[in-house]
Amino acid sequence: MQGINVILKKELADHFSSYRFVIIFALIAMISLITAYMVGLNIRQQLEGVAKPRFIFLMLFTAPGAMFSLVQFVAFFGPLVGLILGFDTINRERNQGTLSKLLSQPIYRDVVINGKFLAGVAMITIMLVSIVLVITGLGLLVMGIVPGLEEIWRIFFYLVISIVYVSFWLGVAILFSILFRSTATSALASLAVWIFFSFFVSIGANIVANALATDPSPENPEAIIRQARIIKAFQLISPMELYTDATATIIDPLRKSTRSMISVGPMENISMARFSGPLPLGQSILIVIPYIISLVAITIICFAVSYTVFMRQEIRSL
Amino acid sequence: METQAIIETNGLTKIYHNDVAVDHLSFAVNEGEIFGFLGPNGAGKTTTLLMLLGLTEPTSGSARVLGLDPAREPIKVKSAIGYLQENMGFYPDLNAVQMLRFVAELNGLTGSEIDGRIEEALHMVGLATEAEKKIGAYSRGMRQRLGVAELLIKDSKVAFLDEPTLGLDPDATNRIMELIERLCHDKRMTVLLSSHLLHQVQKICNRVGIMIKGQMVAQGPMDRLAKEKLGIGQETYSLEEIYMKYFQEA
Repeated sequence: MQGINVILKKELADHFSSYRFVIIFALIAMISLITAYMVGLNIRQQLEGVAKPRFIFLMLFTAPGAMFSLVQFVAFFGPLVGLILGFDTINRERNQGTLSKLLSQPIYRDVVINGKFLAGVAMITIMLVSIVLVITGLGLLVMGIVPGLEEIWRIFFYLVISIVYVSFWLGVAILFSILFRSTATSALASLAVWIFFSFFVSIGANIVANALATDPSPENPEAIIRQARIIKAFQLISPMELYTDATATIIDPLRKSTRSMISVGPMENISMARFSGPLPLGQSILIVIPYIISLVAITIICFAVSYTVFMRQEIRSL
Repeated sequence: METQAIIETNGLTKIYHNDVAVDHLSFAVNEGEIFGFLGPNGAGKTTTLLMLLGLTEPTSGSARVLGLDPAREPIKVKSAIGYLQENMGFYPDLNAVQMLRFVAELNGLTGSEIDGRIEEALHMVGLATEAEKKIGAYSRGMRQRLGVAELLIKDSKVAFLDEPTLGLDPDATNRIMELIERLCHDKRMTVLLSSHLLHQVQKICNRVGIMIKGQMVAQGPMDRLAKEKLGIGQETYSLEEIYMKYFQEA
């Protein structure tokens, strides 16, 4: 893999000096900080006069702030980071005429993709780690609660899964940048995939479930369960759902299944927790491991397609 | 002096979606010579160069560069060849030193060696004072000279120059041609030069090959081609007359 470090270095330098990165980082940092602050204040108010429940620190990530929780925020907007970092990876070089210069140097073609992907993953890692660290710090200040060792481990696993998830979207964007010559087309195509999976899959899942399992009513609880199962199975084609399920019991150990059928507020969560023990870390990981493996698998598939397409492409100078 | 063939092709053919770009091309370039690679636009010159570099696989036929098969050992071939494409392909956001360092590192050069070579190369092509300027702000002529500097950094034995004088003013053209001639002379570099400026080609090339519609219609020393085509003595021919003669026939 001669040259991969050279390309990695150059790409990192490019990312750091690009306005694109600064803007998206600022945007995400701002939203996360505001959300974390609101959640922190909220939890502190609710906790007044109550004994500190276990894993209260993790609620900083799972309890909704203004509109959504931080976990939901990453699930929804994380893909955008990957897409924005990657949508013009190869086709910009092609349009600039620099791709053939790069490939006429003594390096293999896959080194170019690998180097660029790794640089993107490095940027994602830096972004997510720094944001989670800042949120944790803010949480310490606002809530006045120190996270336990297990909570730190859970945050760590959550981070790793999130990095894989955003990297998957980076891979999708790189694939589109190989498939399409124009950067505008590849940007639109990646956005279309993102919108499809974030909105239409869940709508589609409901329609399919309604069609397949009829008459869900309180008198007919089996139908409700059947419907819920169908929805879940259908939604798993969306990487977003995979990610939500992969992080579910990791970041929220009190959750009894990877998907709750009714939504409850933070206070109900706390009071429910008094009657139920949290899942140990090892068990939590066991539950989510299939989802993590699927997430890694779709990333690899995406990469395999990128490789084969890129290797066969003719390099014509413009 | 007996020289050996550095570049050799044998029945090299490339077909793009039923379009024959290069049609059974056979030619040879000897060590230390400047070979003028002529032909109208779209004759398949660039495709030939890409096949010789191992960037495109030939549909049939074979090529050898320095005794290596570019389709099988592209890395070795690419490290020996300096390729300057038409638009040069430099990153506009980098300055000359950054660009040359990037190329040098991709070619496996390390730390201390690089700085010296970059300084020397930029000095030689007359860009030493412009080294910190972004390439995006360079003029065409400066970009071409930076391309020559890249050849020096790579210390290439073989150079493929695809229209290095395209769109240059007469002065810049002369400078580039002089640089190329000097490189060839000092470093015994073998140069495959594709250009439309026949007057310049005539001045510096030892031999020429004329490629039309994917086929090499003529190759050899210019005086021989002149004798064959024009049938007159050595003093009075110009490459342009020879070229036009072949072009009209084809």
